[in-house]
Amino acid sequence: MMEELLRYFASPSNREVLLEQLGQHVYLSLVPLVAGVLLALPLGRIAQRIGWLRAALLGGAGIVYTIPSLAVFVLLPSLLGTDFTSSLNVVIALTLYTTALLVRPVLDALEAVPAHVTVAATAMGYRPHRRFLAVELPLAIPALTSGVRVASVSNISLVSVGALVGTGGLGRLFMVGFERDLVQIPVGIVLTVLLALLVDLLLVLGCRLLTPWERAGRAVIAS
Amino acid sequence: MIEFRSVRKQYDDGTVAVQELSLTVPVGTITVLVGPSGCGKTTLLRMVNRMIEPSSGAVLVDGDDVRDSEPAGLRRGIGYVIQQAGLFPHRTVRDNVATVPRLFGHSRRDARRRAEGLLERVGLPAELRKRYPVQLSGGQQQRVGVARALAADPPVLLMDEPFSAVDPVVREGLQDELLRLQGELGKTVLFVTHDIDEAVKLGENVAVLRQGGYLAQYAPPEQLLAEPADDFVTSFVGRDRGYRRLSFVASDGLVPGSVDTVRIGDTSADVPSRAEWVLVLDPHDRPRGWLPPGAPIHGQLTEDQLIAGGSLYTSGAPLRGALDAALSAPSGLGVVVDEDGVHLGVVTARQVLDILESRRHPAVAEGATQ
Ligand SMILES: Nc1ncnc2c1ncn2[C@@H]1O[C@H](COP(=O)(O)OP(=O)(O)OP(=O)(O)O)[C@@H](O)[C@H]1O
Ligand SMILES: [Mg+2]
Repeated sequence: MMEELLRYFASPSNREVLLEQLGQHVYLSLVPLVAGVLLALPLGRIAQRIGWLRAALLGGAGIVYTIPSLAVFVLLPSLLGTDFTSSLNVVIALTLYTTALLVRPVLDALEAVPAHVTVAATAMGYRPHRRFLAVELPLAIPALTSGVRVASVSNISLVSVGALVGTGGLGRLFMVGFERDLVQIPVGIVLTVLLALLVDLLLVLGCRLLTPWERAGRAVIAS
Repeated sequence: MIEFRSVRKQYDDGTVAVQELSLTVPVGTITVLVGPSGCGKTTLLRMVNRMIEPSSGAVLVDGDDVRDSEPAGLRRGIGYVIQQAGLFPHRTVRDNVATVPRLFGHSRRDARRRAEGLLERVGLPAELRKRYPVQLSGGQQQRVGVARALAADPPVLLMDEPFSAVDPVVREGLQDELLRLQGELGKTVLFVTHDIDEAVKLGENVAVLRQGGYLAQYAPPEQLLAEPADDFVTSFVGRDRGYRRLSFVASDGLVPGSVDTVRIGDTSADVPSRAEWVLVLDPHDRPRGWLPPGAPIHGQLTEDQLIAGGSLYTSGAPLRGALDAALSAPSGLGVVVDEDGVHLGVVTARQVLDILESRRHPAVAEGATQ
């Protein structure tokens, strides 16, 4: 095994392909993550503010998330008229999944903002949009981050499935591994896991940086 | 000036929270809305800054119907303090206070400078400025809440049970602080509470509301206690209203009597006749406690041989303090002090009662003293 790994990594072309696929994987999983967050925020807010849309949005999100990913990858090209192997299919599919996954956490995070804080913000003279951006959103960051962490892991693993329909990413290593070069399978697995861990770590760090008041609060509770 | 003109509020579910109510809050005074839970105090208060719109009637601030102002703009010009302070958990104390100046478009630097001035004004130690609200005590948070409401120097201040979540000692401090601030600033304050003591202490005028949003009585506190309008007000102002009323009775004619005194550090030889209670003073003539009649003194007189004294009555304060001083002293003698806490003499409960009696029947009392 060790020998085969060394042989695999010794080849410059292998390394080049690997890096490219890693880059693809990052692109295919993180672009939908960002897009999904940007879509879920307004949807979550709408669900919070408009009573009758709430059930519809939450129900819809639940349904989207249960559709098998492979089916989506296969069906999207015919629905969108895109090329079968286009990475756009994966980006759109994962954006849908991320959005569906995040609507609920966004809603919960917004509802967890204490009423006396939003009342005070209104009384200070915040208009609704600015209040959302300046008060409710920052306070929702911790709960939101938990949701985004789940979605990021989910995306990173789902991108591999895309390889079955011919898009890029570390999933390719599994395909090639099955066909001719077994050693590529563990390489693919380890890299995927490392990528997921790294992204998770960055999310946790980012959340910490954005929410210094949370640490102050924990110190108070601990003392 | 805030004017409620026949305002009425019926919520969507049919609850009538305020019933055809008219009330005028004079400029530059504290007016208190007091009443049991659910009687419509918050509803009434929030009509002023349009967080709640009346179903009918109008609210005028300085003569202008609030409906003519855009809500957010109107609110920036009206200070608002709520019960749990409602501070923004994600902003430092200083930035919380800087909120409204920032909304008015001031630079961060100017807004912060203004915030720091206000925090000093409400007595928050400077080292707390950069803390987050969770790192403050409840009382400190309320101070910040008051500073934040004052940050844009609004002429009108709305306060909804601002001190009800802190313990009684801190609450009293905050109340005194509010009165002091009001003395400096002269805002038009509408203050909500369900605590009649707080209402009587803070209000220049007190509006008592009854369940269902009726105005039961609107009067200065001394009148409220002396002449409650009906049974509801009578029961609401409570059993102690006779005693509370003494807070508004001047002490004219109350002349402190003398009492034997000794100083901490005196020996038994210095102590005069021991058939009476003896007041013990410190070297600056401030009262420290009492020596009971006949109690032996061993060597020099020290603090641990004393019986703690009652409350002190500052000369010139209303009669309530004098009566309390007399009733709370182990000797039955209320200790009178000047502003610096220096002993002036003692008063008895009998003296206070005589003064009250003489005011009720001036002729009889005069006849008795002649
Ligand atoms: N949004 C609402 N919808 C329906 N009813 C409401 C609403 N807000 C308040 N009420 C009702 O209106 C009445 C007055 O409420 P309000 O909050 O003004 O009372 P309050 O005097 O401030 O009480 P508390 O001392 O408990 O704060 C209550 O019966 C309350 O249940
Ligand atoms: Mg209320």
